Amino acid sequence: MRKLVSSGLLLAGTFGLLATAALAQQPEALPPGSPLIGRPAGNEAAAKLAPVPAPPLATAADKLPLDKLKAPKGFNIEVYASGMPNARSMALSDKGTVFVGSRLQDKVYAITNKDGKHEAHVLVSGLYRPNGVAFKNGTLYIAELSQISKIDNVEEAIDKSPKPTVIYNDLPKDEAHGWKFLAIGPDNKLYFEVGQPGNNVLHDSAHGQLRRINLDGSGAEVIAYGIRNTVGFDWNPKTKELYFTDNGRDWLSEDLPNDELNRITKLGQDFGEPYCHQGNIPDIEFGWGHSCSDYVPPIALMGPHAAALGMRFYTGTMFPSEYRGQIFVARHGSWNRSKKFGGDIALVRLNADGSAKSVEPFITGFLQPDNNYIGRPVDVMNMPDGSLLISDDWNGAIYRVSYGSKKVAGR
Amino acid sequence: MRRFAAALMLGCCFVAPPAAAQSVQERLPTCLACHGEHGQSQTPDVPSLGAQQGFYVTVQLLMFRDRMRVVEPMNDMARGLSDDDLRAFADIISKLPAPQPPDGPVDDARMARGQALVEVNHCNICHRPDFSGQDNVPRIGAQREEYLVKALRGYKDNSRRGYDAAMADVVAAITDEQILDLAYCVAHFR
Repeated sequence: MRKLVSSGLLLAGTFGLLATAALAQQPEALPPGSPLIGRPAGNEAAAKLAPVPAPPLATAADKLPLDKLKAPKGFNIEVYASGMPNARSMALSDKGTVFVGSRLQDKVYAITNKDGKHEAHVLVSGLYRPNGVAFKNGTLYIAELSQISKIDNVEEAIDKSPKPTVIYNDLPKDEAHGWKFLAIGPDNKLYFEVGQPGNNVLHDSAHGQLRRINLDGSGAEVIAYGIRNTVGFDWNPKTKELYFTDNGRDWLSEDLPNDELNRITKLGQDFGEPYCHQGNIPDIEFGWGHSCSDYVPPIALMGPHAAALGMRFYTGTMFPSEYRGQIFVARHGSWNRSKKFGGDIALVRLNADGSAKSVEPFITGFLQPDNNYIGRPVDVMNMPDGSLLISDDWNGAIYRVSYGSKKVAGR
Repeated sequence: MRRFAAALMLGCCFVAPPAAAQSVQERLPTCLACHGEHGQSQTPDVPSLGAQQGFYVTVQLLMFRDRMRVVEPMNDMARGLSDDDLRAFADIISKLPAPQPPDGPVDDARMARGQALVEVNHCNICHRPDFSGQDNVPRIGAQREEYLVKALRGYKDNSRRGYDAAMADVVAAITDEQILDLAYCVAHFR
């Protein structure tokens, strides 16, 4: 009813008597599967919500919000590298070069490391949403929106604008959830997701899944289903099981659903999207005739609309031993919530059997008390010395978290 | 009128792109020759820029400069701009007066159809009820009608790359006939 009132007022002011005709067309005009389904009209708080776009230019190094980021006692945060607009997923070479993908830019960056001096280079330009990067035996693998490519001997090609060679492109071209996270598993295969092509949609068999291919692009297979959009996964170093984050749908409510942390224990498991959210909420549109018990529930809930993205098991020894083997998750932060949530690095503590014990904030401050972002974390990555890198696509920067008496890492 | 517009277009397209050393102020007349001196374009397929959101302008110029959007002559025009130039252009353009809808009679039935589509597709949420936009969501009110059609079709067939996926997401569910009504309604919005 509120919807009718406010729409009616707006229309009355604009078009007078035609308002009635316009309203009459409204109820069934939203097509099935539209990303806008569920968006409450006539609700002032909800009406203000729109995706929060990252600034197109990187923040200058001396303007990065380092002093606003908070870490537990004993931890230090410093700038590892800056000046890389929309810096997203990260991969590390055996020589210490950090490769960084982007989503709103067309670039993959390479941060070289010479005697502790980190220098950011544009490695490749002209790519289409090259969000995913992975590295193995001298070769960089890049996941664009609808193809996977590679650059052999990449470290000899920095500053030479190398041209990636496509190894796999049997992929849909949808913009919605089309960008990809990429990683190489313990089985030496490339893993990436094909997200669902909209906020909350039924789709064909080429979407909503995690796939893997051999390093030459052959042997594609789907390994998990019912995934809305994962932008981060890693393997438990003990059990070799794959854990992944998944982003819950928009517009269900302020507090629901939660993003998920999932674990694959068997090939071909179905995690429920879009029929069941967070393991126990049947979708209001598609849930009819489905039961949440038919799907694999998450091992942890990561918060409402939190945008849990990159995640890695902490494998280093620099941090206190309680952190070893636990998971760090970058929560990019919500947009579909009037009081924003996330904008932090969360720590997920695990039980001995690999299930989740707790979720707690670890690095905070990206989201300020005034409900505004000053940065947004996308990915986390272990460094050989046990420190942890965090990428921030809002500022186009990478931070380094270390523990103990501060060693200057060089800028 | 049509001849006037064509002359302007030729004028702009055969002008050599400004040399990189030129300041933003020196470059500006070249931009406004096509886009309109007072924020209102008289040139078909060239958008009005008046009171455009600075964030959106920065993004578009960046996408032209880095060839994420390939639209001549804009790629040539934006070549060599520094990040500070992008910011300066965005600042100037956002302060030009907002464009005005065309004079003359309005087709009320088309306006009603368009407004219904605006409501259903929630255009008036991100673009705001007065179509003035916010951040990366552009001002679209009183934009040139044929430019709006072109932009929406471009998002629909993926020939126009968005900064993010928002518009591709929305237009996927909109038919070409609806695009025509939406563009008419938004272009004539008062």
